[in-house]
Amino acid sequence: MSSTSIEEFRQEVRSWLEKNLPQELRVGSRKGLPKDSLRKWTEALVSRGWITPEWPTEYGGGGLDRKHAAALKAELKAIRAPMITSFGTMMLGPTLLEFGTDEQKQEFLPQISRHEVVWCQGYSEPGAGSDLASLQTRAVRDGDDYVITGQKIWTTGADKADWIFCLVRTDLAAPKHEGISFILFPMHQPGVEVSPLTLIDGSADFSQVFFDGARAQAKHVVGPVNGGWTIAKRLLQHERTTDGGSEGGITGAMKETLADFVKREVGVENGVLADPQLRQRLAQQEIEAKALKLTMRRAREEARAGQTARDIGSLGKYRWANMVQGEQNLAMLALGTQGLGWSGPGFEDTHLERTRAWLTTRADSIWGGTNEVQLNVIAKRVLEIPE
Amino acid sequence: MGLILTEDQLILRNMAKSFFDEKSPVERMRRLRDSQDTTGYSRELWREMGGLGWIGITFPESVGGADMGYSALGVVLRECGRVLAPEPFVSTVLLGGNALLIGGSDKLQEELLPKVSSGERTLCLAFQEQGRFAPYAVSTSAASDGGGFRVRGEKRFVLDGHVSDQIVTVARTAGSSGERAGLTVLVVDADTPGVTVERSELLDGRNAAYIKFDDVAVDAERVLGEVDCGAALLDAVFDRATIGLCAEMVGSFEEAFERTLEYLKMREQFGVKIGTFQALRHRAAHMFGEIEFARSVVLDAQSAIDDGRDDVAECASAAKARCSDVAHLIGGEAIQMHGGIGMTDEEEIGLFAKRLKAAELTLGDANYHRNRFAGLRGY
Ligand SMILES: Cc1cc2nc3c(=O)[nH]c(=O)nc-3n(C[C@H](O)[C@H](O)[C@H](O)COP(=O)(O)OP(=O)(O)OC[C@H]3O[C@@H](n4cnc5c(N)ncnc54)[C@H](O)[C@@H]3O)c2cc1C
Repeated sequence: MSSTSIEEFRQEVRSWLEKNLPQELRVGSRKGLPKDSLRKWTEALVSRGWITPEWPTEYGGGGLDRKHAAALKAELKAIRAPMITSFGTMMLGPTLLEFGTDEQKQEFLPQISRHEVVWCQGYSEPGAGSDLASLQTRAVRDGDDYVITGQKIWTTGADKADWIFCLVRTDLAAPKHEGISFILFPMHQPGVEVSPLTLIDGSADFSQVFFDGARAQAKHVVGPVNGGWTIAKRLLQHERTTDGGSEGGITGAMKETLADFVKREVGVENGVLADPQLRQRLAQQEIEAKALKLTMRRAREEARAGQTARDIGSLGKYRWANMVQGEQNLAMLALGTQGLGWSGPGFEDTHLERTRAWLTTRADSIWGGTNEVQLNVIAKRVLEIPE
Repeated sequence: MGLILTEDQLILRNMAKSFFDEKSPVERMRRLRDSQDTTGYSRELWREMGGLGWIGITFPESVGGADMGYSALGVVLRECGRVLAPEPFVSTVLLGGNALLIGGSDKLQEELLPKVSSGERTLCLAFQEQGRFAPYAVSTSAASDGGGFRVRGEKRFVLDGHVSDQIVTVARTAGSSGERAGLTVLVVDADTPGVTVERSELLDGRNAAYIKFDDVAVDAERVLGEVDCGAALLDAVFDRATIGLCAEMVGSFEEAFERTLEYLKMREQFGVKIGTFQALRHRAAHMFGEIEFARSVVLDAQSAIDDGRDDVAECASAAKARCSDVAHLIGGEAIQMHGGIGMTDEEEIGLFAKRLKAAELTLGDANYHRNRFAGLRGY
């Protein structure tokens, strides 16, 4: 499409946003926003298919090509619109688009793009974390169904989820990677029990999930039976995809940039940050964020131009995690003991938020494959060093 | 402009790669060093590069250049870095050449730059007087004298100064050392009475001169930019030179890394390839990431110049901060992962480590550039 049509599209998006995005939601985060206006905003996005802008319209998507979708995303970012993303939009949807049957796409994709069904990810088990393929949860065929027994853990959002995409063992005799299937089933049924876990940041966003005779329909196996590992890995690639992260905003809040935060907390004398060590670290952090963003952009441009086959998804996840944690570490150093508050007087909300965010972001080097696992993947797949 | 090579740049890269592979294996740099070659690089090869349009690749066509920008120059410099070619891009093109291009009168440019582009003339920039990079720490004086100036002072670390025809010299016409105001940049012919040039060799086999100016007469027409306002000119020159140097560094650390990776896949200990040890695998994976990141920042900095963006200074410091850190990392790890053989003069990996160390500390180290970046960002 021509550049004028992109420009026209941007104009259209801008005026649409002016009309549909209330001022109070323009804060760049989904946290703590008034429920009513958030719901209305979600409905407005859904009416255009813009929760999933690149999906085909027949599945409730926006039907936009890559350039128009990128323009839309840029406009949403510029106006600091809260993003409505989910396990469905980011991971399951793209995987179904690639591997699902027509029937599965018809059944599940429109619900995701309408933000009607909440999904969770049933991968990890107590004995299968980094070594995911050693998972033990079993699915046994029973007529048109599978019957599921076992346990998942660290399942984010399981207590609020309607459905789960789950890795199960369907062949006990096969080598561990070849007996796994990728299956979808509802959470609200007998035989599924969810038990939330409290995390170090005080939240209880993830759970243990116990299956004791839960049922899944056989037609809801995605890809071939016992061929689920390929699909599981593909979905992980989507999980590890980042676009270079937070554009220099402090993760989680994004109300101000890291530099503004540190300047305010530490103080600036004659245009120079009062602490020379923190000045160095802040510059390093900003350069790191810039390098990450540029590298992700370069990877996309190279892929589009067919100039490289290197998969840098793992690199992106690893460096993104380090960058986010680096930001939070720096914020804590800038705050000093003001960053240690949990509740009670003497701490401003922006300080309390940082305390929790520092704790929350410890997880970024663990979920979706730990840093060590990402380095293993880079060494093996990208650098091709024999094991 | 994008972060990937255009069709033209891909062609240029292939040309440059076969040129250097054929005419300039790392062995050539070693021979120049060991024979104590009086020039320190090959004048013949340099003129060949001139003929190919690479020396003046960023210069306008009016002075014999190709006007293809820094993204194209970066392609050539990266290939130079891969084979450690010691030809005088930094001194003649990036420092001296840019000073003339940005600050020189039409007359001066017409007189000097065509012969620079063809490879016949070598330039240098004499600015540094102390060990650590501090561009305004200049005590060398230029006193007015009739229509011109008389220059007195000493300069060190003047890259390729021993073979330069013109010495672009930074001197003080007002104020005192460290101050931004009061600097003046002058073109001094190397054969002017009162100029003494002594050659010294550096750890990477390249040359940097110690230059003394003893009451050297310089015509007012030979001032670049404006009297007392040389700092603005210098800033622009250093930004461009820094970005060019970074492009060369990328080539050197990529090559050093690839050689190290080959070694991990080949060397056996404890009955297995050393590349099977996770401690080394993880470090190799981390190095890969560091290199990719540095490369992105350098490519972006090059296009910042080419696109006339207003964040060139910020980009230059971001690039040098990254590249200096990566140079230190890769140079150190390359030797470490080679073990004892990495310490021998015979094994080429050490030559890369030395060049990387030299480049790391040239034109400001990572700390210098992080501080500068912070200043430009308002903290
Ligand atoms: C916030 C958060 C949300 C999550 N959400 C979900 C979810 O929704 N669904 C889901 O299925 N899972 C989820 N997870 C689980 C996550 O995928 C696992 O925690 C992760 O894969 C690591 O597994 P583990 O916890 O068993 O740690 P382990 O695998 O036991 O790792 C322990 C340590 O050993 C290291 N280690 C392990 N193997 C190697 C190796 N081969 N080489 C070097 N070091 C190694 C690890 O890097 C780590 O440091 C979530 C985790 C977190 C923290």
